[in-house]
Amino acid sequence: MNTLIVAGLLLVLLGLAYQFGWSRSRALVTPEGVRVHSRPQYHGTLVVLWTLVPALLVLAVWAFFSPGVLHWYAVSQIPADVLTSLDQAGLNSQLQRLRDLASGYGVTGEVQPFERAGGENLARFQLLSFLIMLAAAAGLGVLGLLLARRRIGPRLRARNEVERAISVLLIACSAVAILTTLGIVASLVTEALRFFTFINPLDFFFGTVWAPKFSSTGAGDAGQYGLLPLLAGTLMISAIAMLVAVPVGLMAAIYLNQYAHRSVRAVVKPVIEVLAGIPTIVYGFFALVTVGPFLRDFGNAIGLGISATSALTAGLVMGVMIIPFISSLSDDILNQVPRTLRDGAYGLGATQSETIRNVLLPAALPGIVGAFLLAVSRAIGETMIVVLAAGNAPILRGNPLEPVSTITVSIVNQLTGDTDFTGPQSLVAFALGLTLFIMTLCLNIVALYIVRRFREQYE
Amino acid sequence: MTSTAISTADERRSRIRAGLSRRHNGERLFRALGVTAIVLALGFVALLFTDVLRKGIPAFTQSNIRLEVTFDPELLKVDPAPERAAGQSDADFRAQTLAWQRQVAMLNWNSVIEAALRRAAPAGLEIDSRQILAIAETDARHRVRELFVANPDLLGQTVTVDLLASANVDNWVKGNINRELGDTQQQLPAATRALVDRFEAEGIITQGFAWSLFTNVDSRSAPASAGLLGALMGSLWMMLIVVVLAVPIGVGSAIYLEEFAPRSKLTDLIEVNINNLAAVPSIVFGLLGAAVFINWFRLPLSAPLAGGLVLTLMTLPTIIIATRAALKGVSPALRQAALGMGASRMQMVFHHVLPVTFPSILTATIIGVAQALGETAPLLLIGMNAFVAAVPATPVDQATALPVQIYLWQANENRNFFEPRTSAAIMVLLAFMIALNAIAIFLRSRLEKRA
Repeated sequence: MNTLIVAGLLLVLLGLAYQFGWSRSRALVTPEGVRVHSRPQYHGTLVVLWTLVPALLVLAVWAFFSPGVLHWYAVSQIPADVLTSLDQAGLNSQLQRLRDLASGYGVTGEVQPFERAGGENLARFQLLSFLIMLAAAAGLGVLGLLLARRRIGPRLRARNEVERAISVLLIACSAVAILTTLGIVASLVTEALRFFTFINPLDFFFGTVWAPKFSSTGAGDAGQYGLLPLLAGTLMISAIAMLVAVPVGLMAAIYLNQYAHRSVRAVVKPVIEVLAGIPTIVYGFFALVTVGPFLRDFGNAIGLGISATSALTAGLVMGVMIIPFISSLSDDILNQVPRTLRDGAYGLGATQSETIRNVLLPAALPGIVGAFLLAVSRAIGETMIVVLAAGNAPILRGNPLEPVSTITVSIVNQLTGDTDFTGPQSLVAFALGLTLFIMTLCLNIVALYIVRRFREQYE
Repeated sequence: MTSTAISTADERRSRIRAGLSRRHNGERLFRALGVTAIVLALGFVALLFTDVLRKGIPAFTQSNIRLEVTFDPELLKVDPAPERAAGQSDADFRAQTLAWQRQVAMLNWNSVIEAALRRAAPAGLEIDSRQILAIAETDARHRVRELFVANPDLLGQTVTVDLLASANVDNWVKGNINRELGDTQQQLPAATRALVDRFEAEGIITQGFAWSLFTNVDSRSAPASAGLLGALMGSLWMMLIVVVLAVPIGVGSAIYLEEFAPRSKLTDLIEVNINNLAAVPSIVFGLLGAAVFINWFRLPLSAPLAGGLVLTLMTLPTIIIATRAALKGVSPALRQAALGMGASRMQMVFHHVLPVTFPSILTATIIGVAQALGETAPLLLIGMNAFVAAVPATPVDQATALPVQIYLWQANENRNFFEPRTSAAIMVLLAFMIALNAIAIFLRSRLEKRA
């Protein structure tokens, strides 16, 4: 309610500000021979900015401090003898009663005299502080408005000032991306360092046993946090996925790029790309209820013990997910190989497949390697498929037919809506996340570098 | 070398011809491999969709029971509903009403349902009350009670009420559970199963469209009434936040980087950084959200606000990269014409270049939103996998999201019932994705023709 009032008032004020600036600027034009530097809308916008910024500053200060101030005032309304008798929960419910009384909603049960008085005081204080804030915001806004309006003249470079404000805004937008990366690095590193105060980094990076204990009985026995079983599982699943995705994706790209009729390509390419748009949770469910049982039955039929949830199940489905990734990147790269190379090969009498294998692919190889690395980084970071279909068995072993666990699965298991990052049980998620981030970062940077170099080579 | 030099043209031709069939075979093999790859890829698409459809479509219908429910004063011993006395305060009246509702809630509504079921059953059937109550979903008593609270005059009357049959009845009627299994493996007792079959034959249990899927929130105690409404609203809030934040920030950032930023080491770094952010695993964004939004900023746990912010950061690189590509593609002639007419760089960008790129930005936005809509992993880390049985009214209420709801349902123990229901939820999610992508394609072709 209050938010709506403030927003409404602010909009009215801004509308007025624009109108003032605009009409004042229009008024300048009437005398003959006066050349005004900026057009009226820039003057209007400039006045709006001068009004908006101070008002927003006041609102921001209010939003930051008001909860604390109101809380302090409400507490001060409770008599000292009552206050000492209350524990934390009692205090909260007492404050809630005061707030309910203040909002005029009423409470059940008998109302103590101090509650009635406190509620009335609180209501008055809330109203008063809100009005003061409103007056301050409006006052400063109007002050800005008047100042800006005074500045309007033929020689005021309003357009340049507005454009400078816009470019500051644009820079702020670009900073968000940087801040995101900084935020990721800072949060992962600080929390991971806290984890390493519990667990020796060597035990983490080179430990072969993953057995976190969820006992809250002292930090003495926190369990073992060896990364290697998870890393092995991650790499195994990624390898299976790449074994599926690379041949299928690459051949599909080559066929569509070199052989297929344009009409076939126009239909098939988008259909394959549909695979890229399907949420990973859907793949996970598909792996869990369809692919896994199928593989298990198939294994039984040929006398091979395949678990329903295994590295193979997750890897196969993840491979399907990555096919469009490989195929569309490879398609782009094949398109960039100059026609002259191909025509040269045809001119020497090479067949189409010979041209592709001996000329086109070697020329496109760096780009394809880049695409491959990007796909690997995708596979390593994939979460939902492995959470559902890999079986969550963090044991170091080499059999892809058995359940495994991965880095991402363990992050999800260790940190699901947990907020007290106090023990190694939840902090390990950040150490795992850091490992994952560094792995994918290296892969991405190398891959992006290769792809970029490749593009420049043929441009 | 010398031998080839002196060999005649005939010899050379025959040697080429000898190798030719081998080479042509190689060519055919290669082509076949290509076709196989295409067929495999298309086959995966077809398999995935048919599998989801085959499993999900039956879950869009659900077993309902139509019962004559009597609000028997013998069973329902309750005071008349309080009426507001003159001069009574709001709080007091509320308290009185709440007390009455509490009294109503304490009544044994199951006995009302049981009486209604027994009346529908053949006379003299021997079945104990637990067995017969297993037919109706456990929320039936709440539904009947709500009818009564809304209209206390119903006491002593008989009305026809459509109720949901329980999840186990639904499994039995649809054959989702093997009917040949022995008693020990069935979820329903033999007497109940016989009665269900009889009800079905008499038309008391019928199949109807599963509206509960769209009008209800998630439920654990009454699985047959579990719906997606809460998850849909949660996703809607998050998408709203993503659109409101990611589009202006993303487009602004792309404009700065492409049009105004000086070419320097710093901008190179930003470019590498953005490309890399686009490839950072989504779960890392979840860790960021847990550490920064939840732990530092103390945003509420499980709320669409935190989820929306995390998804915004995830979507930003997509929008930035696409907008930059679109800006790069605008013909230099347009820029030079604008600058030549005396426009400032800012005017050139905002008045001339940006409008031309509008279709691409729109497409990128929709694709980014579709991607964010299907994202699950980061949401798990900020507590959106909590069980929430309410529709979030504001972005700071507890909520879940559509893909997270799928994740929660697939883990439900009543697999026979929830596997189809999860597939149905997946169909809803995919329908949204397809709709979004179709809109993107449609708008793009429309707008590009005009431009």
